[in-house]
Amino acid sequence: MDAVWLARLQFALTVGFHYLFPPLSIGLSWMLFYYQTRFLRTGEAVYQQLSRFWMRMFAITFAVGLASGITMEFQFGTNWAAYSRFVGDIFGAPLAAEGVFSFFLESSFLAVLIYGEKRASRKLYWASSLLVAVGATLSAFWIVVANSWQQTPAGYHLVNGRAELTSFWEAVFNPSTLPRYGHVIAGALVVGTFFVIGVSAVMLLKRKHVAFAERSLKSALLPFFIAASVVMGFGHIHAVQVSKTQPAKLAAFEGVWETQTHAPLLLFGVPNAKQERTDWAVGVPDMLSYMVGFSADTKIQGLKDFPKKDRPPMFTTFYSFHSMVYLGGWFATLSLIALFLWWRGTIARNRLFLWAAALSLPLPFIANEVGWMAAEVGRQPWVVYNLMRTRDAVSGAVPAGQIFASIVLFSLIYALLFGVWVYLLGRQLNKGPQPLGEEAR
Amino acid sequence: MVTLQIVWLLLIGVLIIGYAVLDGFDLGVGCWHLFAKKGHERTLCLRSIEPFWDGNEVWLLTGGGALFAAFPPVYATVFSGFYLALMLVLLGLIFRAVSIEYRNKVEDPRWVAAWDFAFALGSILPSLLYAVAVGNLVRGLQLNALGDYTGGFFALLNPYALVVGLVGLSMFAVHGALYLAVKTSGELQLRARAWAGQSWWAYAALFLIAAAWTAGCYLRNGVALPVLLAAASAAAIALIRVFSRKGEDLKAFFASCAGIALVMLAVVAVLFPNLVTASNDPSLSLTIFNASSSFRTLGVMLVIALLGMPVVIGYTVFIHRVFKGKV
Repeated sequence: MDAVWLARLQFALTVGFHYLFPPLSIGLSWMLFYYQTRFLRTGEAVYQQLSRFWMRMFAITFAVGLASGITMEFQFGTNWAAYSRFVGDIFGAPLAAEGVFSFFLESSFLAVLIYGEKRASRKLYWASSLLVAVGATLSAFWIVVANSWQQTPAGYHLVNGRAELTSFWEAVFNPSTLPRYGHVIAGALVVGTFFVIGVSAVMLLKRKHVAFAERSLKSALLPFFIAASVVMGFGHIHAVQVSKTQPAKLAAFEGVWETQTHAPLLLFGVPNAKQERTDWAVGVPDMLSYMVGFSADTKIQGLKDFPKKDRPPMFTTFYSFHSMVYLGGWFATLSLIALFLWWRGTIARNRLFLWAAALSLPLPFIANEVGWMAAEVGRQPWVVYNLMRTRDAVSGAVPAGQIFASIVLFSLIYALLFGVWVYLLGRQLNKGPQPLGEEAR
Repeated sequence: MVTLQIVWLLLIGVLIIGYAVLDGFDLGVGCWHLFAKKGHERTLCLRSIEPFWDGNEVWLLTGGGALFAAFPPVYATVFSGFYLALMLVLLGLIFRAVSIEYRNKVEDPRWVAAWDFAFALGSILPSLLYAVAVGNLVRGLQLNALGDYTGGFFALLNPYALVVGLVGLSMFAVHGALYLAVKTSGELQLRARAWAGQSWWAYAALFLIAAAWTAGCYLRNGVALPVLLAAASAAAIALIRVFSRKGEDLKAFFASCAGIALVMLAVVAVLFPNLVTASNDPSLSLTIFNASSSFRTLGVMLVIALLGMPVVIGYTVFIHRVFKGKV
């Protein structure tokens, strides 16, 4: 095991663990804002009850998200010192902006939400729920800016052996920033809204807190449907952008080896990097060309156009991408079924649907994880696309043994925290909401 | 350009001092946590910092981001050079964050005791290690031509750095105890005052030792300003004692804030213009002049800071007003 491989493993572990939580926080924060708005408008106690219950779920999640996020930010310096020196002129600014513009906002008003219900007026409390949601959503913007710059660098030139900024706005709004930001936020909303649906479904199946669970479930159906649709829309826009800016990545996503028009959209396949072909391919003819350019004559660049040393690892890229797409399709289907049952008025009694929803509870998290994996592994072997290779980016000062030791340590901690997180969420679920109209706890 | 580089040194100084003054009090409360009586008293300790700690830690995140943006080689060298130490800091920060939020979720004494322990350890470890890192920066590091640290982990645990580490720990302990005295009443307040009194002696003594040691060995870049700031720090530390003996907790707390700020400014003055001193070859040192980002980046970042920081200070004041008074 060399230091590069270990550093990558550590980064994957850190970001993989961290990324379980912020999407849920972002998604739930907008649900909280919705409940608070309804409560302010109508004064109906049930919205206060909804807000309080999901607030506690939010607080349990936020703590781990924050804790694991600090590790994220330090990791560029600890494990990727050469990278930090090379891109710091550009890459540091969005991280600092994220702190200044988003985290302070989010953390200050989150304190009001979690601890201040008795101290704040209804309006201040409502405004705090909005500002927390805005803060969380904005923080995602800055981190996506930073990551998108790695994918499609812009607004820089190379001097003094490093990338230096030439245009802040070009770097911020580099070609992939907006499609990716839309996709990430929509993905977060899928997680947050479906979390409400899935947890409510579990309660209904257990016949616990039934009236509350039904209300919860219904409150999230329309937002879930919208999020599940929008995430596919942005996914499509993003894929078209990838085909233009990172063609090797798209080819790896889709298992395309030969440059071709009339490229099929593979539903299944086993990429075979040795023979440079995709075995067992089952696909829709012409569809990929059509999706990328609205015409079957659109040319799709194949992997053989790229030297072997510039190709991403096929297995992870292809399968993580395809899992994400399939999961996205499942969410859209489920949301349509849910809307239909809601319209029929049977949704809270339909045990088949409730089981499907309950069992699907982990799936949006997995979809987000494999989506990131596709994005990041698909960028390999580059840490900054076409500018710097991952193997040139690591810290010279850190011995492999130290990385290995800290990976072991952090894996244990993460496993522990994950267990505690699930346990506390489960406890909260069983405990259920506070009785209607009770004083704030 | 030189002006911008100095401005950025000061801005990062503001962020890191902001972090030390603010997170310092909740880390300090954590240092005393296991000394408080089990159960209700510990709940009160936590309640005094609950609404604030996470905003306080954002100062660290922002400071780290700003250092990355303004002086990337320094961020790279320091963070990779202190790899293991930082992993331990992160371990502490993770545990304390989670324990603050999770401790009261389950009413089982073993659950509570486990998180109490995690919270205390997660507070003591970073308090100590931050200052050990500062000590090593003042002492200087072995660097190679790429700017990578070559000294190894155990070289960081030298006597000088450990003394500076204890200065940091005692500084936060005093700070946290004074904060508790401000935010609590009754028995816990009396106890907090006693803690502040006891730890003050350690703080004052360790500060004098560290200051003398620094003056003797590490004043490489000028004498007047470091000495002046160290004297001012000593005055602030003395003032803590004056106020806390009179029972004026809030004034003592503000004196402690001033003490932290002055001590850190003194450190900056000792280093200036270096940020990382190469002990093996002065020409390898990273200074604010040879290790900064480009003119354009520093300019853009300055705009971000000027737009953002007043609002940030506004949030901080706002949140302390919402949650003012004793717990």
